[in-house]
Amino acid sequence: MAAGTGPLEHPAQQDYEQRLIQRIRDGEHEAFYELIRPYERRVYAAALALLRNDADAEDCAQEAVLKAFKNIRQFRSEARFSTWLIQIAINEARMRRRRQRTDLMEPIEQEQREDSSYAPREFADWREIPSEALERKEVRERLAAALGSIGEIYREVFVLRDMEQLSIDETAKALGISTASVKTRLLRARLMLRDLLAPGLGGSWSRNLSFAKGEKPW
Amino acid sequence: MVVNCEQVWREISNYLDGEVDSELRAAMEEHVRGCQHCTAVLEGTRNVIQLYGDERMMEVPLGFSRRLHQRLESDLSSSRRSFVGWAVAAAASLLVAGGIAVARSSVFSHPSLRSEHSRPSSHVPPDMMVIVANDGKTFHVSGCPFIHDKTRLRAIRAQEAEKEGYAPCVRCMKKYIDATASSRPSNDERLNENTHLG
Repeated sequence: MAAGTGPLEHPAQQDYEQRLIQRIRDGEHEAFYELIRPYERRVYAAALALLRNDADAEDCAQEAVLKAFKNIRQFRSEARFSTWLIQIAINEARMRRRRQRTDLMEPIEQEQREDSSYAPREFADWREIPSEALERKEVRERLAAALGSIGEIYREVFVLRDMEQLSIDETAKALGISTASVKTRLLRARLMLRDLLAPGLGGSWSRNLSFAKGEKPW
Repeated sequence: MVVNCEQVWREISNYLDGEVDSELRAAMEEHVRGCQHCTAVLEGTRNVIQLYGDERMMEVPLGFSRRLHQRLESDLSSSRRSFVGWAVAAAASLLVAGGIAVARSSVFSHPSLRSEHSRPSSHVPPDMMVIVANDGKTFHVSGCPFIHDKTRLRAIRAQEAEKEGYAPCVRCMKKYIDATASSRPSNDERLNENTHLG
């Protein structure tokens, strides 16, 4: 898997986006709809990964998109627009999360250990989940639940890198952490998810998930 | 180079990202070939990446896109004024050259104001460049949020704008409004704003 540009964007698309951005800067703000359309889902996914609540994620995604519009002049063409947009969504989500914690007097997540030694579980019989299974809503929900059950610092990295297809560098910048941390957390996230999913869909992993009370599984 | 299970696990993520050197890669592959557990871990991790990387995993709630666009629309329309400001700044720079020529050939020369509700200007620097719309009644600084008609704008000298009967915009040219002049029907600026835009 290449660590560079994700599969969602091509050079021609980036040129096209640059022209759209120029049109928006020149006052044709309707062009903004076209610019963000391919990324709406990614903005939402980034917000949901951090907030784990549909309504909060949607509001956060809307706010992030509006901020992107208002700050479009600050966008520098050296970056990818999608990365810039997702970064805004991440910042917005983090701000909300901090606010929520302050409101609820919740402690910041304790799980800050970044130990790279993690022994993956051994299963007598592991089963791969075929991509076609994703057609089933129930399967998608189970995967989302597994993701929601892993620690926040791992989930953030995993979502940006493996779902949003950001590079290691971009993920590090978006989260304000080192690339070494991204790699360590990513490894841990992938192995934990593998442990959760390895017994296959008929396995017992879905029963073993622990969710905080009242929290919607991701 | 020979690696054990722990080393394979530690590097498995980098391996899948193509971030290990060729020697380590070969050693890992050699180990995995003979280790059932590591094969299962490697394949399982690959499966995880493939599944979560699938577009289908990025679901949005029903109606998400529609609601987003509604919110954008309502916010954009409220910020349209400032947005027009940008547009005008850009348009003005284009119009400066052509606009002056048009203004000079203009047949308007009567000094009476284009709107009976306007208050005339006073002490406007005569050479200051201002923006006017052909069918508007007021002149503005470039980028003023009260400029509505952005397609037929001209940049002209303030002196010429006055000659053509344009009055100062109540927002951006406030300090040049002749405070001593009476305006009809009242001094209510809000009314002025509403009737003299563009």
